[in-house]
Amino acid sequence: MAGVGNPKFLRPVAHTDADVGHAITFDAPFTLDCGKTIAPLTVAYMTYGTLNAAKSNAVLVCHALTGDQFVASDHPVTGKPGWWDTMVGPGKPIDTDRFFVLCANVLGGCMGTTGPAEICSATGRPYGLDFPLVTIRDMVRAQALLLDALGIEKVLSVIGGSMGGMQVLQWAASFPERVVSAVPIACAARHSAQNIAFHEVGRQAIMADPDWKGGTYQLHGTQPAKGLAVARMAAHITYLSEAALQRKFGRSLQDREQISFGFGPDFQIESYLRHQGSAFVDRFDANSYLYITRAMDYFDLAAEHDGVLARAFQRAKSRFLIVSFTSDWLFPTAENKHVAHALNATAAIVSFVEIATDRGHDAFLLDEPELFKTIRGFLNAVAVTVGA
Amino acid sequence: MTTALRPDLAAIAEMVPKAARVLDIGCGDGALLEFLAATKGVDGRGIELSQQNVNACVARGLPVMQGDADTDLVEYPSGAFDVVILSQTIQATRSPRTVLGHLLRIGRSAVVSLPNFGHWRVRASLFVSGRMPRTHALSYQLYDTPNIHLCTIADFVALATETGTRIERALALDEKGGSRAMRADAWGPNILADGAIFLLRRN
Repeated sequence: MAGVGNPKFLRPVAHTDADVGHAITFDAPFTLDCGKTIAPLTVAYMTYGTLNAAKSNAVLVCHALTGDQFVASDHPVTGKPGWWDTMVGPGKPIDTDRFFVLCANVLGGCMGTTGPAEICSATGRPYGLDFPLVTIRDMVRAQALLLDALGIEKVLSVIGGSMGGMQVLQWAASFPERVVSAVPIACAARHSAQNIAFHEVGRQAIMADPDWKGGTYQLHGTQPAKGLAVARMAAHITYLSEAALQRKFGRSLQDREQISFGFGPDFQIESYLRHQGSAFVDRFDANSYLYITRAMDYFDLAAEHDGVLARAFQRAKSRFLIVSFTSDWLFPTAENKHVAHALNATAAIVSFVEIATDRGHDAFLLDEPELFKTIRGFLNAVAVTVGA
Repeated sequence: MTTALRPDLAAIAEMVPKAARVLDIGCGDGALLEFLAATKGVDGRGIELSQQNVNACVARGLPVMQGDADTDLVEYPSGAFDVVILSQTIQATRSPRTVLGHLLRIGRSAVVSLPNFGHWRVRASLFVSGRMPRTHALSYQLYDTPNIHLCTIADFVALATETGTRIERALALDEKGGSRAMRADAWGPNILADGAIFLLRRN
């Protein structure tokens, strides 16, 4: 049984005119890859556009590590525009006049989908570290439940960048018959040692904060704000490129004429990172950050298939468009191309595009005209082919 | 919505059997692949370097890999395609011999077209000016040409012989892209043809 209602967010809704979307609750126990179960399971989601009568125009957007379901509308907590409102909307490359776009907050998240901040029904207390470890595949299976509930058998496309791209790959591997086309952007079929290393730095920063309290901070009315902010600062550097940082900040000083011979934010880049850190704390849950980064670390699509990535896609029926960015060092072109070649080896229908930009990994969120052109052209061609 | 195909591409298309699996290396904006899909029901894939052309292919619904013949062919499994096409590109590769080897490893057959550096205008240009030849067909300067391994029809035939490649068919191309059958080892086309198209198989 499933019930639909308003989502509950970790932080208060500050912008009451923003659409909060929906939350659907599944009472049946949801078994995770780790073997444990969650019950009930709530999935919070947003939709844009209209599902056609044939239910053939659905486009599922998968969000990244710190993203959420507010793709193309104002965020009810921060009031900021949707994180992909340059890509998704009326007349945009993912055209909501034409497609029914939906995005669900990932399992383990803190924007309404069940995660470590939620109250555990068995104990009456927030899960905290009692929340079971989740995987990218668990996230995808939770989204599949949502599609089932909405009566959507097939999606015209699954699209996402970074961790969203991992979900896209998992969708194509786990539910090949439900995915007409797949657009993994700036991602990889496995998390690299370097990427695991950066995540570990972030997690250690959170866990070293005395306010983390072994993950029980909600019971104490605190939160590891400093640790989470440092985690965000370190991660944020990996989303940019050296060239973009240099262009944007260089060695410019912040509100001062000279260096201070102290440890205040002398440089603009320091002030910028501090701002990124504190703004993040206002909207994100530290334990969610631990769980979701771990899910990315555990992601290794080939491992599920005897170490041969091509086998993961053996049953794939989707048309693929894989996109990378030249200056992305977090998920470099080589990783994306590796996926493309594995798909080629299975005779899948795959396109690979490498967009030239100096804006690093975050380019997928930014105004990149070639990215827009590529996605618009691809989606249109897929829609024409299947008559959606 | 197929517009008229460039004549040299039409000549290549004529060599591709129906419903073949085709890899077009340097597929440009996908005109040939689209034509082959529409008229012969081929299952086509492309490789293309330029962003603009890749986007054009994607918008046409054609599967295309942005990449480079010199570096990417090694990733393709052997015998994956019936026909591999390399149109007006071999002279721009760093290692034409390696590329040719890949074509016939990946494909059961290959179609290669190339500009003929042995054409009389090229010869005359060098003879008269004493400088690197520039003709209508090959209009680049020494310092900006992508064509780093130009060859004559005779050179390519020699390379084919050396590498154990059988030339099944050979067409001479004229200035406008029109084509006529030729004997690959005849001296005439090496002077008179602007370019050539070869249908190749492993011996």
